[in-house]
Amino acid sequence: MKAQDTLLYLDGVSVSFDGFRAINNLSLVLQAGEMRAIIGPNGAGKTTMMDIITGKTRPDCGEVNFNGEVDLTKHDEAEIALLGIGRKFQKPTVFESHTVEDNLVLALSGPRSAFSALFHRQSANEAERIEDILYTIRLNGKRDWLAANLSHGQKQWLEIGMLLAQDPKLLLVDEPVAGMTDAETAETAKLLREIAKTRSVLVVEHDMHFVRELDVKVTCLHEGSVLAEGSLDFVSNDQRVIEVYLGR
Amino acid sequence: MITQWFFTHVDRRGGVAIALLVAIAFLVPLSNLLLPESSPLHIPTYLVSLIGKYLTYALLAVALDLVWGFCGILSLGHGAFFALGGYAMGMYLMRQIGPRGVYADPVLPDFMVFLNWKELPWFWYGFDNFWFAALMVVLVPGVLAFGFGWLAFRSRVTGVYLSIITQALTYALLLAFFRNDMGFGGNNGLTDFKDILGFNVQAGSTRSILFAATALFLALAVFVSSFIIRSKLGKVLVGVRDAENRMRFLGYRVDRYKLFVWTISAMMAGIAGALYVPQVGIINPSEFEPANSIEAVIWVAVGGRGTIVGPIIGAVLVNFGKTYFTAAFPEIWLFALGALFIVVTLFLPKGILGLYGSWRTRLADRAAQKRDSTSQSPVANENVQLTEPQAAE
Repeated sequence: MKAQDTLLYLDGVSVSFDGFRAINNLSLVLQAGEMRAIIGPNGAGKTTMMDIITGKTRPDCGEVNFNGEVDLTKHDEAEIALLGIGRKFQKPTVFESHTVEDNLVLALSGPRSAFSALFHRQSANEAERIEDILYTIRLNGKRDWLAANLSHGQKQWLEIGMLLAQDPKLLLVDEPVAGMTDAETAETAKLLREIAKTRSVLVVEHDMHFVRELDVKVTCLHEGSVLAEGSLDFVSNDQRVIEVYLGR
Repeated sequence: MITQWFFTHVDRRGGVAIALLVAIAFLVPLSNLLLPESSPLHIPTYLVSLIGKYLTYALLAVALDLVWGFCGILSLGHGAFFALGGYAMGMYLMRQIGPRGVYADPVLPDFMVFLNWKELPWFWYGFDNFWFAALMVVLVPGVLAFGFGWLAFRSRVTGVYLSIITQALTYALLLAFFRNDMGFGGNNGLTDFKDILGFNVQAGSTRSILFAATALFLALAVFVSSFIIRSKLGKVLVGVRDAENRMRFLGYRVDRYKLFVWTISAMMAGIAGALYVPQVGIINPSEFEPANSIEAVIWVAVGGRGTIVGPIIGAVLVNFGKTYFTAAFPEIWLFALGALFIVVTLFLPKGILGLYGSWRTRLADRAAQKRDSTSQSPVANENVQLTEPQAAE
């Protein structure tokens, strides 16, 4: 397969920390518009893979390509974010001393230079987009709340809202339903499927029930490389996956 | 129109502070110059200079709050920028002495004649011109801060490591300025000033003008800080303070934002130093002492970090205390300062202004409860300074 046909293309990527191979000859291809779930035991390299894609960690070797032409290993976090890759962290990280609305204002795509920020005035279009997102993430009644005062699930949604505001081509979502109630989990799955209609999404998740609800192609990582890939049923019937992850 | 523009960029507290500062910029000199000495409202000249000195410290504290309170950069070397601004002003004042020095050399300051120097070093050129010196007051600290920040922020030096290297910066400058062959008067520094812009620096009227200038610059600093903090850039800075990495993943070049606010802050500190020197009549390397920079951090903490106005209160109160204690009980001042820092850290994490804020919130809550015992305010308003509704934007 050629890099040009795909949105995200990882080939032969390896990285080690102090001799420990966190990622070992990992290859992964994501089509434009595709949603993919990544599963795997602790230490399989799921978060490290996201670190590599978003420029936080440089791989020792291998190819990381975005949109067919951009070599992601040559850019830093801010540049990669501007290329159109958004990331949601495992632990919800919203700006706690800002209001819900200001969190979205900061995330909203647009010029990022210090000078433009100093003299920024909100346009009608921006106000409308924020309104839409507040509605999508069901926080329109809490726009003036400090993010610190939101519940755990609401913080997760605010963070997803911030990703929407960034308007990325590719969304990396790390454990979006950790700590959520069943109702919130179902709601989140709905939200992600809605988002995936217009962009590519890579979801890391432990909650198999949630992965089933997403109903997408699954990749199982183990010890830094791909163990199995395919539909959830295919992967969860794989003997090695059962052995290392799902449990006998 | 102008008031409307003003209030979109400054909150109520900042507006009050600016109004008060502008008022004392006029009232204090008027009282000093026009009222007879017998009047109870007459402010003696020594007090004008003393308060003027406190206000220069307050300006330094506002500058420090901008980087520490809003962007989380704890500088333990802001005294260096203050002192550099002071030296730039001191060099101008030295050149104004002219042939009135002890050695009566028309060009060379006394200490250079004493060191047997034959001609003025190149870096003293231009300082006979006030406007050149005034430019250097902001340019020298600004360029140093830019260079330092460029290296530190790009390499992602943060937290305690950054604090330590800012401390090292001011200590290195302290050692350098102590050397006679640096050409800045060594140990003794620059003093014996005569004129500023043709006016006698000792005269009561000049001191009043210097006081007024200090108060007005402080008011301007409050406005500039408020403008920055209430803009989107200010929100980015607070975001960097609270979750720097998250800001990067949103696509912001964190290092550039830090560099911007750091450089602005250093320039403010330089202006503070330049206003300080003619009012106290001397600048010497002791202004680079690391302890001075740490004291400035205490002023900000006492007044209220991240409040813009709090550091002014902190700087003035702590220095009044210092003046009083070092005269009345000289041996216990350092203990008092240490105790103050401990008390503030333990009991007043948001400083005096934070105490006032939480007291007001409590009153408002009580009033709200009285009005309607079932409803409660959804916004638990602890960070008053950041959450005022910004409808105008």
